[in-house]
Amino acid sequence: MKIAVCIKRAPEMDVRFKIAASGVAVDETGLKFDMSDFDGYAAEVAIQIKEKLGAGEVVVISLGPDTVQETLRKALSMGADHAVQLKADAVPADPWAIAEALAPELRAGSYDLVLFGRMSLDAANQSVAPMVAELLGLPCVTAASRLDVTGGSVKARREIEGGAELLECPLPAVVSIDEGIARPRYPSLKGIMAAKKKPLETKPAALGAVRMTRRAMSLPQERAAGRIIGEGPAAVGELVSLLRTEAKVL
Amino acid sequence: MPNVLVFAECRGGSLRRVALEAVTAARALANGGEVHAMLVGPPGTAALASELAKYGAALVLTGEHAGFERYSPEGFAALAAARIKAGGYGAAVFSASAQGKDLAPRVAAKLALPIVTDATSARWDGDALVAEKPGYTGKVIATIALTATPALVSVRPGSFVPSEAPAAGRVEAVQPADDPATARVRVTETIVGDTAKLDLGEAPVIVAGGRGLKDAKNFALLEELASAFGNAAVGATRAVTDDGWRPHSDQIGQTGRLVSPDLYVAVGISGAIQHLAGMRTSRTIVAINRDKDAPIFKVADYGVVGDALEIVPALTKAVREAKAGG
Repeated sequence: MKIAVCIKRAPEMDVRFKIAASGVAVDETGLKFDMSDFDGYAAEVAIQIKEKLGAGEVVVISLGPDTVQETLRKALSMGADHAVQLKADAVPADPWAIAEALAPELRAGSYDLVLFGRMSLDAANQSVAPMVAELLGLPCVTAASRLDVTGGSVKARREIEGGAELLECPLPAVVSIDEGIARPRYPSLKGIMAAKKKPLETKPAALGAVRMTRRAMSLPQERAAGRIIGEGPAAVGELVSLLRTEAKVL
Repeated sequence: MPNVLVFAECRGGSLRRVALEAVTAARALANGGEVHAMLVGPPGTAALASELAKYGAALVLTGEHAGFERYSPEGFAALAAARIKAGGYGAAVFSASAQGKDLAPRVAAKLALPIVTDATSARWDGDALVAEKPGYTGKVIATIALTATPALVSVRPGSFVPSEAPAAGRVEAVQPADDPATARVRVTETIVGDTAKLDLGEAPVIVAGGRGLKDAKNFALLEELASAFGNAAVGATRAVTDDGWRPHSDQIGQTGRLVSPDLYVAVGISGAIQHLAGMRTSRTIVAINRDKDAPIFKVADYGVVGDALEIVPALTKAVREAKAGG
């Protein structure tokens, strides 16, 4: 089984973001970057499939400037076999342009399974996987919260409002991975050492035409400070009264 | 303005609220042009056309097929893409629901068009469709301009308030070009949770619990509080779903459900930044927590400090009395 995992380098989200002077980007000063969360799950799923089968190859692919090499190395240290950087100055805002850049590399690799995270945490488009699938002519399952790859087919579950759907499709296929499926492992020291010797190729990316531009980035409005109305069950009377008369939600 | 196509999501023989929200969003974009609503499902689905007309659909395109009893990712996408291609639309609107998040990018891909997903607003600026969408786990709002025609957008649930604006609602049947049974991706089963349970995305009130509840069984207290409100759903933090106290689908936060109910009651939730990302746009927030310095109190309109296990039953009783008293 030959598996590709497309990963994105994104800022860690546990911070208060600032907007860059350009007004159209986040100020990256002081931010820490890592593999975007869902992409980490996708990498873990790929490695687990390979381990379960006891054979196969996991190739991680990332589009972007040279800084993505660090993210690719992390995936290699988790257990991926081979990494490919599709070199571009920046990741475009248009998911279709991203899909067009990834598709030729994925087509050339003739993968049985192409995995993505459900979405990146920064752009949050949740669009690239189905777009790549369309460009490759492959079936696609998005936001899989369970995945079972056996006998030439994929069985998956995806969460929907108030329930779930079970899906099936034949391999080769493109699948995007939701949370809850597998926690990405921490690279072991052995894994980190091994990763240094694994191949990391750099190729120029051919970006598609961009028809979607970011005009502005802004911060959402802060909530006004609230108040603590009291302690223990004794405060419940006033709380309910405020919910009725002031907030008007009861 | 040119016409706007909207994909109206239905489930179990009813239109979903997100469908009416999307129709309302489409109406604003049509701005004088017509709203055409696409309604896809098993035979009988066309009966929902009149409701779409009430919200402004001049034309309802009904794609009924026995193979559409369940969601068909490829079948639905093919129908929508074919119509958009043929119809000369200025824009097409989808819901950014679980189904819409799967469907809309497939349609965009079939048409080789860009798409703004999960938009909280959408308007025209000349020929460009300009939409706002949250990113960076809700901490940054991006303003995106699409310069392709038609412009594709999916709208975040809860961002548009459905309003009625009766239109003709002519009905025209559309047929899938391919038998849905031949689709490569098939939904083999739809698992419906407790149907009496309100969905987190649609409930006006959410009662959510965290580790401060100390034990999975104490969620029963939250279920009772939710039932006292009568229009509430129960959610949880990631710590709690990771521990298996509650199903993963109940998780509210950065990587789970993003909700904005009228009232959010956070019980035993410290207010980790990842959780706040999923609920900070709620209209009114109540926090009940033992630690008066917990970050949740910084975003809560009303805070009560103390033991949730004592406060919640008292609150349940008071809410019941308030409801009974009219």
